[in-house]
Amino acid sequence: MSTETVHKAPPPQEDPAALADGWADAYTPEHHVYEPHKVGLPPLGPYLSELWRRREFAVELARTKLQAQHFGTVFGMTWLVLNPLLLAGVYFILIDILRSGDRPPGAFAHLLGSIFAYYLVSDAIRMSSRSVTGGGKLILNTAFPRMLLPLSSVLVSIIRFLPTIAILAIVHIATGRPNGLNMLWAFPVALEMIAFATGASVLVAAAQVYFRDLNNFLPYMLRVWLYVSPVLWQASEVPHGYKWLLYVNPLGPMLTAWNEALNQAIRPGGTWLLLGAGYAIVALVIGGLFFISREREFAVRV
Amino acid sequence: MSTASAPAPAPARAAPPAISVEAVSITYHSSLQARGQQTLVGTLSRLRRRKKIVKQVKAVREVSLEVPRGTVLGIIGANGAGKSTLVRAMAGILPPTSGKIEVHGRVSTLLALGVGFDRKLTGRQNVILGGLAAGLSREQLEGKYAEIVEFAELEEFMDMPMRTYSAGMYGRLAFSVAVNMEPDILLIDEALSVGDAHFKRKSFDKMRELCEAAHTIVLVSHGMRAMRELADEVLWLDKGEMKGYGPPPKIIREYQRFMKVEEDDAVGEEDV
Ligand SMILES: Nc1ncnc2c1ncn2[C@@H]1O[C@H](COP(=O)(O)OP(=O)(O)O)[C@@H](O)[C@H]1O
Ligand SMILES: [Mg+2]
Repeated sequence: MSTETVHKAPPPQEDPAALADGWADAYTPEHHVYEPHKVGLPPLGPYLSELWRRREFAVELARTKLQAQHFGTVFGMTWLVLNPLLLAGVYFILIDILRSGDRPPGAFAHLLGSIFAYYLVSDAIRMSSRSVTGGGKLILNTAFPRMLLPLSSVLVSIIRFLPTIAILAIVHIATGRPNGLNMLWAFPVALEMIAFATGASVLVAAAQVYFRDLNNFLPYMLRVWLYVSPVLWQASEVPHGYKWLLYVNPLGPMLTAWNEALNQAIRPGGTWLLLGAGYAIVALVIGGLFFISREREFAVRV
Repeated sequence: MSTASAPAPAPARAAPPAISVEAVSITYHSSLQARGQQTLVGTLSRLRRRKKIVKQVKAVREVSLEVPRGTVLGIIGANGAGKSTLVRAMAGILPPTSGKIEVHGRVSTLLALGVGFDRKLTGRQNVILGGLAAGLSREQLEGKYAEIVEFAELEEFMDMPMRTYSAGMYGRLAFSVAVNMEPDILLIDEALSVGDAHFKRKSFDKMRELCEAAHTIVLVSHGMRAMRELADEVLWLDKGEMKGYGPPPKIIREYQRFMKVEEDDAVGEEDV
C-alpha cells in the first residue's frame, strides 16, 4: 500500500489548486489543522460560526438540565415559579424586621423584581462554574466549541427567569405600582444583564478549570454580591458615603436602571444605562477571550 | 513506502491524505497528576514560596505518519504507550505540544468507551447530546436514532439512566453511535471487544463493512486478529515513540516478540 499523495512540481497558478479545492470541498467538506497554540486565540470568525452551528447542543443541554432539575418532581414546572417566590418571601420578612415595618413605597415589588434579576445573573454564574469541569467524558472524547457548556447554563438561567416575569407583573398590578411605556426600558436593561451574566459565566467556567476550589468561594462571593447590590435596599436610600457602591458594582447600574424602569415606570438614568452597557461589554470581551484562548487546553486538564 | 513525511512537503493539493501527522509530540501538563487539583489557595501559598508544580508526561514523541483516504490504520502498543493520546489529537481534542496534524473530513470518535456519556442521563439523552456536540443536526440525528438503538439492541433501555447500564451495554451503545454517524473518518479506541460474543461478532462485521466501504479508520486495539484482518498498516507505539510502522503481519510479529521479552502482556489480549 502506498500513499496516494502526488507531489507534483509546484502547481501552475490556478487550475490544479482550484480543482483540488473543488475536489476537497465535494468529498471532504471539513478540513482541520491542529497546531500548538502558543499565541492563544484561534481565528475568531470560524470559532463563532462553529459555535453558532452547534447551538442546538447548548439548547438541548439546557433542556435536559431543566428536566433533571424540575420536571422530574411532582410539582414539575410549578417549582420554577414557587422557588423564587418563596425566596422573595423570606427576604421580605427579613428586611421588614430590620426596617421595623417602615416600608418605602413599592417595597415588595422592588424586592421581587431585583431578586429575580439578581438570580438571573448569579444562577448563570453558579451553574456555569461547574459546566466545564463537569463536562468530563464529553470534553475528553468529542471536539466541539467548549463555550457551549457555560452558554447552556446561561440559557437555563434565562429560562428559569422567564416565568418570574409573570409573578412580577401580578405583584406590580396588585400593589398598585405605576405603569407606562417607560417600563419597556427594562428590555435593554435585561439584555445588559444577560450579556454581563454570559461574560462572567464564561470567565468563571474557565477559571474553575485552573482553580478547583473556586467553587468553594463562589457561594460566599455571590452572597456578598447580593448584599452590596440594590436588591434588599433601594438605590435611592443609599447613604452618601456608600454611593460609590452603585458604580463599582457591575450590577449596581443595571439593577438601578431595572428598578427605575419596572418599579417606578420612569426613564432610567442615562448614566446607569451606559455604565451597565459598559460593564456588560467588558465582561463579554474579557470572559470570552479568556475562555476561547484557553479552551483547547481544557482536555488535558479536566 | 515510508510515509513519515520528510521535512514539510508542499501541501499535497491533489489528493490530501485523510489524516496527516507531522512530527507531533504531546505533553500533558498535569496539574492532574498532582494529588488533588490545582487550587486558588494552593497557588497563592505556592506564589509565596515561589514554587511551581509542573509535572509533565510526554505521552507522544515526534510521531509522523499519513493515513490515506479509505485506509485503515491500526495502532498497537502497551498500556500507557500513548495510543489514546494520539487518537485524541487526531480528533482535535488535544492540541499537539509541537508538530502539526491535518485532517480532511468529518471525524467521529469512539474513544475508550467514553463518547461523552453522562451517566446520570438516559441513553436517549446521551445519544442526542453526543450527536449534537459532534456536529450533527437534529434532523440527521432523528434519522439515525432508530438505527443506533436497533444496532445496539437496547430498545428497552434507552430511557433508563446510563448508570444502570452494564459495561457491555455501555460499550454497545457507544460503538453503535460512532459507526452510525456516517463519519468520513472513524477513530476507534479499544472498543471492538465490547459486549457479549454475539455483539462482538456483529461489531466486527460492521467494522469490516466500514473498512470495505472505503472509510478512513484509525483503530486502536489489543486484538491482534482484528488488526491482521482489518488494518492496512500498523503503527506500534512504545512509550510515546514510533517503534514500528508498516504492514500488519510484520509489525505485529515484532510487537509480539518484543512484548514476550519485555513483559508478558500479550497473554489473554486476543479478543475479537
Ligand atoms: N489526562 C492525562 N493527564 C496526564 N497524563 C495522562 C493523561 N492521559 C494519559 N496520560 C499519560 O499519558 C501516557 C499515555 O497515555 P494513553 O495515551 O492513555 O496510553 P494508551 O492509550 O496507549 O494506553 C500515560 O503515561 C498516561 O499516564
Ligand atoms: Mg488507551
